[in-house]
Amino acid sequence: MIDIDGVSYRIGGQQILRDVSLRIAPGGVVALIGPNGAGKSTLLSLIARLQALQSGRISVNGLPVGQVADDALARVLAILPQDLTVTSRLTVRDLVGFGRYPYHKGRPTAQDDALVADALRSFDLEDIAGRVLETLSGGQRQRAFVAMAYAQDTAYLLLDEPLNNLDIAASRALMTRLQMLAAEKGRTVIIVLHDINYAAAYADRIIALKEGQVIADGPPRQIITDGLLQDVFETGAKVFRVDDRPVVLV
Amino acid sequence: MHGRIAALGCILFAACAAYLSIGARGDWEFVLAFRAQKLGGLLLVAVAMSWATLIFQTITNNRILTPSIMGFDALYLLLLSAMVWGLGAQSYRALPAQGLMAANVVLLCGAALVLFGALLRSGRDDLMRMVLTGVVLSVLFRSITAYLQRMIDPNEYAVIQAASFARFSAVAVDLLLLSALLTLLACAAIWQIRHRLDVLALGPVLSTSLGEDPTRGQWRVLILVAILVSVSTALVGPVTFFGLLVTSLTYQVMNTPRHALLLPAAALMGGIILVGGQTVMERLLGLATPLSVVVEFLGGLVFLMLLLRRQR
Repeated sequence: MIDIDGVSYRIGGQQILRDVSLRIAPGGVVALIGPNGAGKSTLLSLIARLQALQSGRISVNGLPVGQVADDALARVLAILPQDLTVTSRLTVRDLVGFGRYPYHKGRPTAQDDALVADALRSFDLEDIAGRVLETLSGGQRQRAFVAMAYAQDTAYLLLDEPLNNLDIAASRALMTRLQMLAAEKGRTVIIVLHDINYAAAYADRIIALKEGQVIADGPPRQIITDGLLQDVFETGAKVFRVDDRPVVLV
Repeated sequence: MHGRIAALGCILFAACAAYLSIGARGDWEFVLAFRAQKLGGLLLVAVAMSWATLIFQTITNNRILTPSIMGFDALYLLLLSAMVWGLGAQSYRALPAQGLMAANVVLLCGAALVLFGALLRSGRDDLMRMVLTGVVLSVLFRSITAYLQRMIDPNEYAVIQAASFARFSAVAVDLLLLSALLTLLACAAIWQIRHRLDVLALGPVLSTSLGEDPTRGQWRVLILVAILVSVSTALVGPVTFFGLLVTSLTYQVMNTPRHALLLPAAALMGGIILVGGQTVMERLLGLATPLSVVVEFLGGLVFLMLLLRRQR
């Protein structure tokens, strides 16, 4: 359970989040949507302790963010950066291996090695395990990072706009994998998405933010409507139903 | 990878043997003792600069910037000049060299934390801005140093002049013991955090996600860098591109992200360049060209190459 209680955040004179309170139960894919500057990424980085809380409280499985030891939180929650470049020449196997760091602190046991091998297998990375990240396509690289988070074995996985720079095949493949992580392994995936159609197709729950406040919150079927698009994005796009799934006609 | 480290170790051993023995005449005991001291100084500088550069590049997530390019050693000289100017050369000379060096190390740690700590937090994503800031800072430090040096008495100037130029052939032997101690402590601390450095190299977001606080890591590394740069600058003066030359070669030879391998390799590589280079320059070419000039020339070329390659 992620418990967000009365969180506000300012940068300079700008109010980014206004008194946000949310509870995110374990399991499922949760999508954060909203216009640029709505505070989605800020909320995500506050949960992941990338930025320090200014007011309010956030706890992850009862661990208070900002007070609990970093490595304790690292075994419960993982976040993947938007920018997937690393300076050192890492192979896919090196990267996935880092997922076990919160447990072994640099001295991997046989069990850690087995879990890394399992992650490589589950994400179809065995063939490219020895390749350096720089030589991979965007989709492969994204897959390697998600495999690392999988190996980290955390209840929660946070992703900030992972579909940037991915083509439709890679985007769909990534979302399908995240959905499987949630459904089969009971992980909770919290993801910031720009494209509402991806959110509608793959998320179990959508949280819509605007000007730092939660405007709508619920399953895609219920909340993706013409009215929501007007309210949140101030655009007159129409929503249709295809196979009982809401689709925004852009 | 271990084989490569062993090979580097052999080359360094050969270089050290050559440095000690080539052209030695007369009383071997005297010659060896005399040369061993200088060799010790060179090895200390090699370890200090290569490790300082390597860990600095790790926490800044780039392979172009080095503490020297960012103006660390210029800052050291500024502090030294300010102290001579403030105390006067008479009282400066009266103080023990070791005490002054220790004071300088502490000052540099403080100044580095204040200046570079803030800079690294705000500008780490913008490499060009960091390079420019570093160049501007270095020039600023050097100008203030030059200004202070003009204000002081010519006799007092002689005290700092010796410290202001890179000189591998005249290692400050009186500071060897304290330098060795400081280097040993700093290197032990770095070896302790070698696994953390692997994680910090992944960038701030991933290292946070993996439970390593990047800010804390940055503070720690900046202090260690300040200590090591102080040692090196006190022993042989400022060398801008030596660290860059060492780390670039190390990354080429050691194709690994692990600091447990990178650190020893960088130390050995630094030793090979300094001791090997000094042997060639001093013993074979009869000091016709100072090693510092050659190292700076090659290091400068590497720097330009890395910058241009990144631009594309």
